[in-house]
Amino acid sequence: MTTRQWGALLAGTILALIAGVSVGAVDIDWRGVAGALSAAPTGEAALVRYLRMPRVVLAFLVGGALSVAGASLQALVRNPLADPYLVGLSGGAGLGAVLAIALHLGGPWAVPLAAFAGALGAVAVVYRLSVVAGRRLDPHILLLGGVVVGAFAGSLMSAVITLASASELRSAMLWLLGGFGMASWPAVAVFASYALVPLGLLVGSARGLDLLTLGEENAQYLGADVEALKRRVYLSVAALTGAAVAVSGIIGFVGLVVPHVMRRWGVPLHRQLLPAAFLAGGAFLVLSDLIARSLFRPLELPVGVVTALIGVPIFALQLRKSLR
Amino acid sequence: MILRGEGLTVRYPGAALPALQGVDCAVAPGHLLAVVGPNGSGKSTLLRALLGLAALEAGSVSLKGRPFGGWRRPEVAALVGVVSQREDILFSLSVEETVLMARYARLGPLAPARMEDRAAVRRALERCDAWSLCERRTDTLSGGEWQRVRVARALAQEPEALLLDEPTVALDVRHEMEVFELVRALTDGGLGALVITHHLNLAARYADSLLLLDEGRVVAHGTPGEVLREPVLSSVFRWPVAVTPWRDGSPQLVPLRPGEGQAG
Repeated sequence: MTTRQWGALLAGTILALIAGVSVGAVDIDWRGVAGALSAAPTGEAALVRYLRMPRVVLAFLVGGALSVAGASLQALVRNPLADPYLVGLSGGAGLGAVLAIALHLGGPWAVPLAAFAGALGAVAVVYRLSVVAGRRLDPHILLLGGVVVGAFAGSLMSAVITLASASELRSAMLWLLGGFGMASWPAVAVFASYALVPLGLLVGSARGLDLLTLGEENAQYLGADVEALKRRVYLSVAALTGAAVAVSGIIGFVGLVVPHVMRRWGVPLHRQLLPAAFLAGGAFLVLSDLIARSLFRPLELPVGVVTALIGVPIFALQLRKSLR
Repeated sequence: MILRGEGLTVRYPGAALPALQGVDCAVAPGHLLAVVGPNGSGKSTLLRALLGLAALEAGSVSLKGRPFGGWRRPEVAALVGVVSQREDILFSLSVEETVLMARYARLGPLAPARMEDRAAVRRALERCDAWSLCERRTDTLSGGEWQRVRVARALAQEPEALLLDEPTVALDVRHEMEVFELVRALTDGGLGALVITHHLNLAARYADSLLLLDEGRVVAHGTPGEVLREPVLSSVFRWPVAVTPWRDGSPQLVPLRPGEGQAG
C-alpha cells in the first residue's frame, strides 16, 4: 500500500467522521462542531457532545471491528466471501436479544448482554463441532457449522417473535436490523476497552494470516504454528463480532465487503490490510449511519438495511470484476 | 544427516492398512534422494510424516540429531524448505511478497523485512531464474513460472534441506528439466534434497539414490541401477516394463505394450 493510498484513506476517514457529526436532525457546520468541543455543554453543544459524537464514534469502532474480523475470517477459512456473521454469531445473538426483549428484562444493558451471551453460546457450539479429533480446528466445518447453528437459532428466534406481543415484535425486529440509536459514551468506553484485546491479537497474527491464505500445510512449512493460530484468530473474530452485535445489533455486509474491496485496492497483506480495513470499515459504517438517519428524516432506517443496500451492489460489481 | 525418519508407520483414521509401514528415510547434505512408487504408495505420506504433519503410529523423526517434536515450527522452517504438491492462489500477491513470506519465520509478528531478508529473496529468485518476475502478480504466472517462484520461496528460507512433492507436475519438458537441473545444482552446492516424482527416468539420471515404495513399504532402496530393475518395477507398477541403459549409464524405463513381451 502506498503512502498516497494511506493519505487518501486517512483523509476519507476524517471527512466521514466530520460529516457524521455535522449532519442530522439539526445540521451543524464545522465551526459548531469545533465549538461544541470547547464550549459549555448546552443546546447544540450538548447535542453534539452527548448524542451525535458517541454515536459516530461507536459506529466507527463497530465498523472497524467488523471489517478486521471479516478480513481475518476470510483468511482463516480461505474464502474471500466469508462474513463474520456466518460463523453462527448473528443467530445466537439475535436469539439472546429477542429473548431478553420478550421476557422484559430490565436495564439498559440487558439486551446487549443477552445478545453477547447468545453469540458466545452459538460460537461455543460451532467451535465444538469444528474441533475434530480433539484438537484440529477445521475451517470448512467452521463455516458449515456456523450456517447450521445460525439457522437453528434463527428458527427459535422466529418462534419467540411470533409468540410475543406486537410492540415487542417491533422492537425486536428493529434491534435485529441494527442501529446506533442507543449509543452513549459509556457504551463507547465499554466497547473500545473490550475490543482492544481481540483487535491486538488479530493484528499480531497478521503474518500468520498471510501464511494461512497459502493453505494450512504450506503455512506450517513456512513456520506457522497453525493450530494455535487458527484458535486465536477464530476466538478473536467471535469475540469482536459478538461485542459488535451486542452494542449495535446485526449489521451485515461491512465485514464482507470492506476487506474484499481493500484487497482489490492493492492491500493483500494483512499487516496493512487489517489497519486499512479498520479505517475503511469505520468510515463506511459512519456514512451508512448518516444515511440511515437522514434519508427519511425524522424517521430512521435500520443501519443494517443501508449497509446491505450499499454493500450488495458493490459486492456484485467486485464479483463480476473478479470473474472477468 | 539433516532429517532422518526411522521405522515410520502411519495409519489414517478408519483405514484398515497403514499408509506407511516401517519406512526408513534420510536426507543428507549434498545428496539427492528420489522417492518413487505408484499412486497411493505412501510417498506424500512419507513427506508429511518427516515434517510432523502425520501422526506416527510407530517410528521416529529426528532433525539435526534432535527429536523432531523438540523443534518449534519457525525453527523447522529455517532448516527445511518444502515445495508441496499443490497450492491454490486465494489472494493474488506480487512475486516478491510471496517469496518474502519465506522470511516470516525469522521475523517477529510486526517487524518489517530487513535488508538481509530482501537480499535472501533476491538471491533465491535469481537462483531460480525468476528475478525478472519479481513485480508480477502471482495469478498472472504460467505453471512453470509459478513453480519456479515456489521453489525460490523454499530457497529463501535458506534451508539446509529441500523437500519437493512432485515439483514437475503439469510442466513441459523444458521446465521439467529446469527444475531437476536446479535441484541437482543446489544439491551439488551442499543442500540435502528429497524429491517425490513419477519421472523414473529423470530420477535415474539426477538422483544419487532412489527409494521405491509400494503399499506403504520400502520395496527397494539404493542407487538407480540397484532399484530400477525390470522384475521389481513390473511387479510394483503392475505393468510390464523394459529397462535399458542410456548413454550416461543410467537405467531408463520403457513401459511395454501388450504383446511386446520382454523382447525389447
